[in-house]
Amino acid sequence: MRRLMIAAVTGTLLLAACGSDSSTEDAGVAGGASDDPKACADGKTLKDGVLTIATGEPAFPPYVVNDATPEDGQGFESAVAMAVAREMGFEGDAVTWTRTTFDGAIAPGPKDFDFNLQQYTITPERTEAVTFSDGYYTAAQAVIGLADADVGTDVRKMRLGVAAGTTSLTYAEETIKPEQAVSVYNDNAAAKAALDAKQIDAIVADLPTALYLAAVEFENATVFGQIEGSGTDEFGLLMAKDNPLVSCVNGALKKLKDSGELDKITVEWMSEWTEAPVLSLG
Amino acid sequence: MTHASGADARPASAPTRRAIYEARQRRRSNTVATLSTLAAVAALVIAIPLTPGWNDVQHAFFDGPTFRKSFGKFLGVFWYDIQIFLWCAPCIVVLGLLIAFARNVRSPALYPLKLFATLYTDIVRGVPVVLWILLLGFGVPGLFQTREWYSRAIVWASFALVMTYSAYVSEVFRAGIESIHESQRAAARSLGLSAGQTMRHVVLPQAIRRVVPPLMNDFVSLQKDVALVSFVGPVEVLRRAGIETARDFNYTHYVVAAVLFLCLSVPLTRITDWMLARERRRMSGTSVR
Repeated sequence: MRRLMIAAVTGTLLLAACGSDSSTEDAGVAGGASDDPKACADGKTLKDGVLTIATGEPAFPPYVVNDATPEDGQGFESAVAMAVAREMGFEGDAVTWTRTTFDGAIAPGPKDFDFNLQQYTITPERTEAVTFSDGYYTAAQAVIGLADADVGTDVRKMRLGVAAGTTSLTYAEETIKPEQAVSVYNDNAAAKAALDAKQIDAIVADLPTALYLAAVEFENATVFGQIEGSGTDEFGLLMAKDNPLVSCVNGALKKLKDSGELDKITVEWMSEWTEAPVLSLG
Repeated sequence: MTHASGADARPASAPTRRAIYEARQRRRSNTVATLSTLAAVAALVIAIPLTPGWNDVQHAFFDGPTFRKSFGKFLGVFWYDIQIFLWCAPCIVVLGLLIAFARNVRSPALYPLKLFATLYTDIVRGVPVVLWILLLGFGVPGLFQTREWYSRAIVWASFALVMTYSAYVSEVFRAGIESIHESQRAAARSLGLSAGQTMRHVVLPQAIRRVVPPLMNDFVSLQKDVALVSFVGPVEVLRRAGIETARDFNYTHYVVAAVLFLCLSVPLTRITDWMLARERRRMSGTSVR
């Protein structure tokens, strides 16, 4: 895990270094942050004067509270996206939302959004194919199971299930390394079906998702705990490879961080979804 | 050559004018076919990289290092697909044959059997395979609430494959059985064979030989549909490719999976074609070129 983290950090630093080296391009370099995101974003969006934000279908709380109207800023990612948009000078009708699948967001070719947020974890490998903004949230990994199940407390001995496409899967396979092979499902709903059918003991997901699923979506489920030392997954806004808008987005994120607004948004939407006992991998 | 030239002095083994003409025609059509194939390939090889997105697409789908890395990794995973295929295929043949028999019963007393077989093929074939896999793979283990072997998702997902494919295969068998002329049955019965003996010794041997090629077709299709069991949890090669793609956003992993499937399905398809050609030769005696 540590080596992986070092690799990740080095990768990011290298990217950042590459960014600052090429001084001829003031914008469009991963890692750069514009001081004036409003002026910066001008003319760099998909449609002139309009910012197009994408998220998943369906989008779910606590990230997007009202799936039908993500533009209302209700929910963590809705609020972050709208705050970033405002910092870049897009408000009201100048912001439109669209939906993509996971695969649709990462396929090569032109994108139909300016940035996409649906808990995309930033990894060096992914940066080969797309461009990420700086991180806006760091999530721990958690284990969720049936409330009345008797599965002990040793995560490695549990039969684990994970939704495909998540970095929770990478975490389960490479860091938890359970004794039995991890089962993989299309989404968390399918993983819950497997949980109910006793095919698996627990699902691994990021902590806010796990807490939300246990509280609202799943019947008779509980979060066993968050895994100690797992809080390294940093979420970033996903953009087309080398999209020049990234420095404007990073500038907006920096302003939100410096002014404390990002913290405020995080506390408002996420504090309810981050309280869980800590599990050690032992 | 020089001694025996001239139309009059032609030895019996020398080619006729017709043979020479035909050989020339053949050479000509071979040359044309080769040239046009080369032109088509050259056009693709030259034109595709000229498209504006080629660099991105090449990196995303045909990345050399990624290909090599995941090819080695996927070989072991693909073995799992082959295993599922290997235990499903014999079950499908047996069940398919039984259902074909049931649809062919002629005794009025056994009519319910015939009705059941008809309903079975109608209903089972009428629902997408994926849905059967989801319904049985999640539903049946949910009934048992245990982790014994009979309550595993992979067992019931395999069962769903066997169920759907046996419905298709039974229709193939039925077509084969019905293609055997009624006079064969009549002759067998008049020799004193019972209905069962007629089926076993006269009808089936001919019918099965006749349907082997279309049967192989179904098995080529099964070999690919095996990947659908990943919907209920098992990680086979298609799912592994999806996982790796989600990790580094590079689609080369899917291309690796496609290549692995091709390694199995192309030989299977070639064998099917060869068997079809052999069957045609046997049925018609001669063949017209």
